[in-house]
Amino acid sequence: MSCFRLENVSYRYDKSLVLHGIDLRLEPGEILGLFGHNGAGKTTSIKLILGLMQPTQGTVSVLGGHAGDPQVTQHIGYLPENVMFYPQLTGREILSHFARLKGASLRQVPELLEQVGLGDAMDARTKTYSKGMRQRLGLAQALLGKPKLLMLDEPTVGLDPVATADLYRLLRDLRDEGTGIVLCSHVLPGVEPYIDRAAILTEGSLKAAGDLAALRRQANMPVTLSLDPAHSITALEKVIDSAATASGLMIKTGNGRLRVDVQPREKMALLQTVMASGEVADVSIHQPSLEDIYVHFIGSGGLAHRGGSR
Amino acid sequence: MNSIWTIARKELSDSLRNRWLMAISLVFATLALGIAWFGAAASGQVGYASTPATIASLASLGIFLIPLIALLLAYDAIVGEEEGGTLLLLMTYPLSRSQLLLGKFLGHGLTLALATLIGFGVAGIAIALLVEDVAITNLAIAMFRFIASTVLLGWGFIALAYVISVRVSEKPIAAGLALAIWFFFVLIFDLMLLGTLVASEGKFSAELLPWLLMLNPTDIYRLLNIVAFGDTSQLSGVLSLGTDLPIGAAGLWIGLVLWFAIPLAAALLLFRNRRI
Repeated sequence: MSCFRLENVSYRYDKSLVLHGIDLRLEPGEILGLFGHNGAGKTTSIKLILGLMQPTQGTVSVLGGHAGDPQVTQHIGYLPENVMFYPQLTGREILSHFARLKGASLRQVPELLEQVGLGDAMDARTKTYSKGMRQRLGLAQALLGKPKLLMLDEPTVGLDPVATADLYRLLRDLRDEGTGIVLCSHVLPGVEPYIDRAAILTEGSLKAAGDLAALRRQANMPVTLSLDPAHSITALEKVIDSAATASGLMIKTGNGRLRVDVQPREKMALLQTVMASGEVADVSIHQPSLEDIYVHFIGSGGLAHRGGSR
Repeated sequence: MNSIWTIARKELSDSLRNRWLMAISLVFATLALGIAWFGAAASGQVGYASTPATIASLASLGIFLIPLIALLLAYDAIVGEEEGGTLLLLMTYPLSRSQLLLGKFLGHGLTLALATLIGFGVAGIAIALLVEDVAITNLAIAMFRFIASTVLLGWGFIALAYVISVRVSEKPIAAGLALAIWFFFVLIFDLMLLGTLVASEGKFSAELLPWLLMLNPTDIYRLLNIVAFGDTSQLSGVLSLGTDLPIGAAGLWIGLVLWFAIPLAAALLLFRNRRI
């Protein structure tokens, strides 16, 4: 049973097409990163999965049922981007209220608050909470009733680095227990190590989806090799020139190293030639990061894609 | 049902926490006792005038106060949740929009009913105990009728507040519209009716005119509490039209019930079609 499955989903709002032809699925025990610029359709996709809206076209099935059904929503945890909660109530009261609504055990309430690091503040009114504390409370709320599908919109906003690391560790544990997790974030380097798959949205359509290796293959971006010459940098340059590859840019860096951009499929051939020549003392390989891949898929249209029409 | 009660429970405990319940009860009790004790001041003496006169005065004050309190209590029910971001969150819970709104209504309705019961109930008991030679049964019946109709009137304005709250997207707009509703039903409506009466110089259908009172819940409420004593001399202004109404007290009760049932149904319908 998939956590959710979007099949050829389109959504129209006042004649403008917000989403078109989205095919996306999430299996249990998987963390999916959902990326895109503002207005790319991330929130709309999430709302469709939560059953807050109906797609204009296509089918949305969630946890083997229909999106929005009470039996389905009971097993979904959701952290919205910016919740104020009820300022007059304490963290414990708020979480108890939501636990009752979800039909979750009230015993979970102090445990979860402890788990997200609000143990000491659970009996203080939330109007005294900082942004990071509200975020933690939101997270505790999303974890009520052991959800099978967890959707987090910018979960690390307002969290300090330690709390962020704690959060990701927690998500990994949940993933290992079989929870399917969707992570929307703009902090790409932060989430890169933790996601199993990434989906990149632009202007309502899915530009790319898959694990990082697949995305790298699809993007076909050059890999950067950083080479330390064993004897002289010119000798090393010659070796690379003679290697019959269509390797691109070659730059001498200030500290006597050589940086070479190479197409992924030619990387191994070049490496073998260089190794065999004995002209290299050390090699480091830089794969394109999630951020590089994201910019590759999003950035083709210039700034207008990234920040709306300014 | 459980989730309706969970929502209602939060509203109730909110109104206990922010002292709303206590404050409203206190205001009601003070007013009722004040009117009971100084009701005869107009005729030159201090003391209990009579049960019908006391109830009539209370009802006249009630039409200003009850709608205002009900509107204030409920105007931000939905729009307030939306501004805090909790509406979106609540809608991802196993909770339908109707359940949310009905839960709110139950919570606000109970708050108002409790405050009315406590405030006027205490006043009623005090009158019964302290005033000599008051007819207890008469007083009890009149007080019960007064409290029940006050609660119904309050519910009507809570439901009207919801109609606003589910339609607008900002709290200040909701507050403004709530005040406009209060202004219309409490002040403007009777003036308009009176104006129509005078301007038409009796040419207006005499059978239709009394029915226009049914378009205003505060008029129904006043009629109900005054006509019941059979003493129509207390009816002043447009209310005297009420003597021509061919429906009895039961009809007036039904009118009040419809005045909260129809706006509530409308609010539910509008909420269901609202984009979140």
